[in-house]
Amino acid sequence: MLDHMKKIKVAIIDYGAGNMLSVKRAVEACDAIGICTADPVIIEKADRIILPGVGAFSSAMNALNNLKLVDSIQKIASNGKPLLGICLGMQLLFDESEEFGLTTGLKILPGRIVKIPISRKNGKLLKIPHIGWSRLESYPDASWKNTILEDNNIGDEFYFVHSFIAEASNRSHVLAYTQYEDVIINSVVRSDNVTGCQFHPEKSGTLGIKILNQFVSHG
Amino acid sequence: MSQGTNFRLIARLDIKGNNVIKGVNLEGLRVVGSPIELAYKYYQQGVDELLFMDCVASLYGRNQLTQIISDAANNIFIPITVGGGIRSVSDVNAALRAGADKVAINTAAVLNPSLLLEVSKYFGSQCLVLSVEAKQVGLRNWEVYTDNGREPSGMDVITWVKQAVELGIGEILLTSIDYEGTRKGFDLDLIKAVSEVVAVPVIASGGMGKKEDIISVSKENFADAAAMADILHYNRNTLAEIRDYAILANINVRSYEKN
Repeated sequence: MLDHMKKIKVAIIDYGAGNMLSVKRAVEACDAIGICTADPVIIEKADRIILPGVGAFSSAMNALNNLKLVDSIQKIASNGKPLLGICLGMQLLFDESEEFGLTTGLKILPGRIVKIPISRKNGKLLKIPHIGWSRLESYPDASWKNTILEDNNIGDEFYFVHSFIAEASNRSHVLAYTQYEDVIINSVVRSDNVTGCQFHPEKSGTLGIKILNQFVSHG
Repeated sequence: MSQGTNFRLIARLDIKGNNVIKGVNLEGLRVVGSPIELAYKYYQQGVDELLFMDCVASLYGRNQLTQIISDAANNIFIPITVGGGIRSVSDVNAALRAGADKVAINTAAVLNPSLLLEVSKYFGSQCLVLSVEAKQVGLRNWEVYTDNGREPSGMDVITWVKQAVELGIGEILLTSIDYEGTRKGFDLDLIKAVSEVVAVPVIASGGMGKKEDIISVSKENFADAAAMADILHYNRNTLAEIRDYAILANINVRSYEKN
């Protein structure tokens, strides 16, 4: 086939946690090729990298360490290739997590993962995990141009399911936030070629597919 | 219901073999259509989640759902929960690998509660839904049933949900056997009783017969989601009608617009 018809190859890092297949299908709905793999060579050769993930931070880091993928992911981040972390995959990008003691993360983005604080409203406990469709909001100084959110709007709703949140040390890394009762969730973070979203774009209907389309086409 | 997160509208597909079926009080099952066609229809109509329940899996010790999920998940991009016949970590893994995001476990967890701990440790609480089939046995008492409402367990619903939360479940699918398929609205006493003792989301299931039923179950802080079957399968109300009605009633639902 002609070169310009070549499809974008998206490596979806398979470290044994969760829903790679959903991510692969969603990527393919964006007319890209999704490859679920744990092979560093294939990962480094791909045009785009997605770090998916559900489950526990520490077991995910253990798996990435055992598969010797930590270096590859850090290399991709510093080489400028588009990298997208989804849900736990986003959380892994940060320095460390408070889940089960303190676990070191990929240290690509400065900040820490903490448990959603327990709070009450009218005597009723805040439900944890935070599960459901919630709106994206934005700080006035955060521009969505040339980011995965370029085609989306403030107020768009996405599917969240998580018990931990990312505290980004650098506010300028926060592209979008989401309010869950009194809790502010950093829902999309970005630093150059590295983006993370706390919600699941692959499970958020057409608005989520828009995000993945943007990632596939522009990184 | 929580501010900032929507009350979820979930379509529940009870599966027998290759068909979606529907009964009354989980009995007297009738075929209503093809799971893949119905799932896609509800997805296109803007349902927030899909729930596939294999309602004979526990009885026969098998699970035919994997292939159906795998086919359905090809062009459906919302959360999918699978229940019925999930007995082990490897069953959970197979469901997730087929395209499910969460699994709902009832019978196997009642027989062996430590399965919940095992699954939540391995895959995380976010993918573990406790399915509870509850039958009223007293003024404020409900008994846990297993095998799709066929077998009494002798366990108290309130005691069981508290124990299950300790074991790491992330959500509760609460089905009232008494109200299921009756179209008389949700069992509010049951839902309130459970909701008051747990801090995980509760999905109310059983009894939604008309769009108005959504109000009491969501507004009075009872449930976080409603599972709907009969009302959708028989086109009593479409999802759009239910959603529009909910918005008019100031219920915080997803503002879905068809693209």
